[in-house]
Amino acid sequence: MGNTKKNWPLWEIFVRSKNGLEHRHFGSLHAADAEMALENARDVYTRRNEGVSIWVVESKHITASNPQDNGEMFEPAQDKVYRHPTFYDLPDDVKHM
Amino acid sequence: MKENLYKYILGIADNSLILAQRLGELCGHGPSLETDIALTNISLDLLGQTRSYYQYAAKLAGEDKTEDDIAFLRIEREYKNVLLVEQPNTHFGHVMARQFLFDVYHLMLMEQLQNSKDETLAAIAKKGIKEVSYHKRFSSDWVKRLGDGTEESKEKMQEAINAMWRFTDELFDVMEADKAMIEEGIAVDVSEMKETYYEKVSEILEKATLEVPERKYFTRGGKKGVHTEHMGYLLADLQYMQRTYPNMTW
Repeated sequence: MGNTKKNWPLWEIFVRSKNGLEHRHFGSLHAADAEMALENARDVYTRRNEGVSIWVVESKHITASNPQDNGEMFEPAQDKVYRHPTFYDLPDDVKHM
Repeated sequence: MKENLYKYILGIADNSLILAQRLGELCGHGPSLETDIALTNISLDLLGQTRSYYQYAAKLAGEDKTEDDIAFLRIEREYKNVLLVEQPNTHFGHVMARQFLFDVYHLMLMEQLQNSKDETLAAIAKKGIKEVSYHKRFSSDWVKRLGDGTEESKEKMQEAINAMWRFTDELFDVMEADKAMIEEGIAVDVSEMKETYYEKVSEILEKATLEVPERKYFTRGGKKGVHTEHMGYLLADLQYMQRTYPNMTW
């Protein structure tokens, strides 16, 4: 114990709640390897019938954008309303747009 | 009342109840958040199965008996669970050894019980198979991980397997009531499962690089109601609320 104690790596858990829908990020948990991560995810996130499929990926493999770069990354898109298809009249029958 | 059927049902159900209680003791005390939830899930699966069995048994018993009477208001000698499931949670290795040795047996039993001529028992078994398959996968994985892990984990896992091994033979004892039920095509003849059981268990122990204990003498008694010293404490915990506040409900 003490200094010799090692923590299991962190894993990000993605669950698809229904066939036809996409996997969504549900949270993260600790596990020694991918197989254990799947089993842990099953127990932690799907015990109330939340899912039909699970993906796990070790957190260290995720490359994230840097919040310091938010200005150059995201602000240029803020004033370009013409990039949204909002200038069309959608027929009432078209849903999920 | 169908005395033999009633006894046969309790013989199966009590194993699930007592093991569920042992696992429930670990709620909030698991070695990690993830294993804590996993153990509690298994406990709840077993408790769900227990309720189905006891509801059926209560119906057979008549006299306004309920599942709670059967679960909470018997004395120690009237519980017929095997000694294996009442063994304490000494450390995580013991929890997994106990679980693994029981799960292999439990799954074999469910697989055969689903063909029982008794429709209710067959239905309970059929529903339970998926749950128990997962229990077995979980406990086998841990036995392999710890057995084939570090020097310390291997030593502890081997010690735990050795400690639980002497309770395995009792799983295959056939009681008087069981015999009658086997003849009627309702019960599973567990004595015939023994050889396959030890083959399956040995196969996983070998994968876990653990030694299969060699033992000629086994401890038994639970199926007759003669329990180890741990059982009284377990029942005190289990029965406290119903004994203190009779007929209480949530």
